Amino acid sequence: MRAVLDIDDLHLRIGRMPVLRGVDLTVEAGQVHGLVGESGAGKTMVGRAVLGILPSAARITDGHVTFAGIDLINLPAASRRGLLGRRMSMIPQDPMTALNPVYRIGRQLTDVLRHSLGLGRQAARQRALELLEQVRIAEPGRVLRQYPHELSGGMRQRVLIASAFACGPEFIIADEPTTALDVTVQREILRLIRKLQQDKGTAILFVTHDLGVVAKICDRVSVIHSGRIVESGTASQLFAVPQHPYTKALFAATPRYDRPGNRLVPVPRQLTLRLLEDAAAYDQRRRMLRHA
Amino acid sequence: MSGSYFLRRLLLAVPTLFGVAVIVFVLLRVVPGDPIAMMIPPGAGADDIENLRRVYGLDQPMLVQFTRWLSDVARGDFGVSINLRQDVGRLVLSRLPASLELAVVATALAVLSGGLLAIAGVYWRGRWPEAVVDGLTGLTLAIPDFLWGLVFILVLGVLLPVLPISGRLDPRQAIAFSSQFYLAESLLRGEFRVLGMLFTHLVLPAAALALPLMAVIARMLKTSLSEAMTQDYVLVARVKGFTRGRIILREALRNAMIPTVTLTGVQFTFLVGGTVLVERIFSYPGIGNMAIGAVISRDLPLIQGLILTFAALFIAINLLVDLTTVMLNPRVRHG
Amino acid sequence: MAEWVRRSASRGGLWRALAGNGRVVFGGIVALVLVVVAVAAPVLAPHDPLRQDLLDSLLPPLWAGGDPRYLLGTDGLGRDIFSRLIFGARIALTVAVIAASLAALLGTLLGLMAGYFGRWVDTIISRLVDIWMAFPPVLLSIVLVAVIGAGLQAVIIAIVIVDWTRFCRVVRAEVLVQREQDYVTSAVTIGLSRWRILLGEILPNLVPVLLVLLTLEMGIAVIVEAILSFVGLSLSSDFPTWGGLIQEGRQYVYQSWWIMGLPVACIIVVVLGFNALGDGLRMVLDPVMRR
Repeated sequence: MRAVLDIDDLHLRIGRMPVLRGVDLTVEAGQVHGLVGESGAGKTMVGRAVLGILPSAARITDGHVTFAGIDLINLPAASRRGLLGRRMSMIPQDPMTALNPVYRIGRQLTDVLRHSLGLGRQAARQRALELLEQVRIAEPGRVLRQYPHELSGGMRQRVLIASAFACGPEFIIADEPTTALDVTVQREILRLIRKLQQDKGTAILFVTHDLGVVAKICDRVSVIHSGRIVESGTASQLFAVPQHPYTKALFAATPRYDRPGNRLVPVPRQLTLRLLEDAAAYDQRRRMLRHA
Repeated sequence: MSGSYFLRRLLLAVPTLFGVAVIVFVLLRVVPGDPIAMMIPPGAGADDIENLRRVYGLDQPMLVQFTRWLSDVARGDFGVSINLRQDVGRLVLSRLPASLELAVVATALAVLSGGLLAIAGVYWRGRWPEAVVDGLTGLTLAIPDFLWGLVFILVLGVLLPVLPISGRLDPRQAIAFSSQFYLAESLLRGEFRVLGMLFTHLVLPAAALALPLMAVIARMLKTSLSEAMTQDYVLVARVKGFTRGRIILREALRNAMIPTVTLTGVQFTFLVGGTVLVERIFSYPGIGNMAIGAVISRDLPLIQGLILTFAALFIAINLLVDLTTVMLNPRVRHG
Repeated sequence: MAEWVRRSASRGGLWRALAGNGRVVFGGIVALVLVVVAVAAPVLAPHDPLRQDLLDSLLPPLWAGGDPRYLLGTDGLGRDIFSRLIFGARIALTVAVIAASLAALLGTLLGLMAGYFGRWVDTIISRLVDIWMAFPPVLLSIVLVAVIGAGLQAVIIAIVIVDWTRFCRVVRAEVLVQREQDYVTSAVTIGLSRWRILLGEILPNLVPVLLVLLTLEMGIAVIVEAILSFVGLSLSSDFPTWGGLIQEGRQYVYQSWWIMGLPVACIIVVVLGFNALGDGLRMVLDPVMRR
């Protein structure tokens, strides 16, 4: 298999706080790679480091990120912008805030098409209509003329998915794309992402805290804890025989539809402590990341 | 939020205007100085004075005077200026265009410069241009238009005499325009020499008026822009590969304008109020300058007419500000 | 004890915080100099500010090669500008202190009532504030002085009548917040009277806000006084007011720009000083209000 994205020993600090402490991760072409971890584990920062949209206080201190053979860390900002939208994109976490409230859906879908693919106004509109159909939105013509506040959360997320796939990127980062949605909508959105991904052969780094979601959509999985990948493997491997004690603990803390009635066990604190140098640092990093 | 909303706002303006009218009227009737005394030639007898009183209705009880004045005003008759002996409505209308042109140019200057400062401050966030923007807004916010006018006269009119400091046009310039909107008319007629002259006379008073408003706009817009730049839709735009400049101008700006317009609306009425003094300082022939003259000469009908004009302008501005906010915000527009 | 006093831990801590704030220090120095100059005007001024000497009119300041007897030159009637500026400070300070305090008193009282009593009291006062806001403030004060008749008293009354709304609006909004606080509820439950609660419990908590507003209002009062004497509605032009000097200097601005320039500079320094002091106090006294 060909690797689309290769992250090698990535270190990142926010202020003086180490957030990523040597992340290794490889996403292969056409695959969905899950990145699982608790809040504060640094999983969102991995995605933002790859896209180059880190908060201003964040600094990459060490490591490599290679996308399709391109060194992303030392890439000039202009060249990075050339990749964004066209060759890699993102499905954001909260569809309620990720669309600009003052513009119509049409503008927010066509702008990236016109910018990245250089389409004309008519061509971009035509393409936007097709995209909306692909994400199974009825009456795409009407939706193009609507404002975000006129659409439901699920509809908005479909629009954002259409926007992410718009220019046919090789790689997409999906940052908890279903967390803000309710459960029934969640399942449809997951199925939609999976279908589009398979049709177009797009690789996805799927960031989530939910092992249930991982089971539904991912080919491979990496478990991140305290800024480090503690275990990596195919989804079936990991679900069948989790190796690392933290992964096992994570399973124990996840509700399972296939085993109703099993007791949920919180991740033991001692385990967490062993993985980290000290507890204070752990609490502090969780606080930092929440505010970052 | 549709036509009926504005109709309601418009109707609410009526009692406010009425309140203004009452207060102005009552205030001016307790003037100790006798306006008639100032306009009679020396040597006039008591009969002449009585005659004049009757002509201007000043011999009637106050309530009668008020109802008569109010019904006249409702018919568009603002009375006759005691001092200038002309119809007040016509006098005000002849000076209003000059003031409106001044206020519009000043507003344009304030919005443009305030907007640019805010955008520059956000674009170069954390670097020296931001510090310059903050320092500039702090300074311009502290000093009122009156003082800016005087500083401009001193610095740009006298010490480096680059601009004229009084009037609207060079007194030797003869023009044959059909309206008092000289600036607009010279532009339409393509008389660019006159336009240039109007502009050099306008730029200092307009700048004096604009600076405090510019500071308010710059500060408000910068805060709102910084806030908008932290939103998720900006993150999405960054991932679309847009440049920082494009994101500020085309994603964040319109969102940031909504709170800015609302909060600077009140400040904008201060600009219109400020024309009174600034026109005086620059001997600019607008209604503000006329108002001070009318107060000094105790020209009751003219003062009443002018204050009502100002109050109406203030209320109109507030309505306009509301309208703009609604236009900018689709959620309110459709709600 | 009001919360802001407790929050600043001790008096000593408060003073240290004030002295550590650059704005407070700058504004404090300006205010102090203004007070000293105003109080000691007769001692500091080398000449009688009213004494005319037409033979010595329009002399340039010393730095521009003027007469050594007149440090900053003379005006059109040969009066010493330096002395007139010093006595002008006296008038500026008098107006600033008296007008700002009275405006604060009136506005605070009405604001407290509107905020705490609510109902028709609030309706009337709020409506009044609305109507006030529909007037251009400068024009209103000019009209008022014309009505009352020129003079220092008229200027002060005009400022009070125009600017009480600044205090009223802020105090009303603040009371609306404070009345929901627990300390007010407990004062109500132990049966304190409404005025007692308003003046004894709520008012002390408004002190930081009022102090800031008062300082800013003093700066505004100085400007309004200058404006009114500039227009010719304050004291007669014999009196040495800064605004009067500006008005006179405007006529000679091409020959002797400093006659206008010096009082303008004085006003700007004083206004910046009061502004800095107000901003600084806001930062030190009320961290919550800091924006």
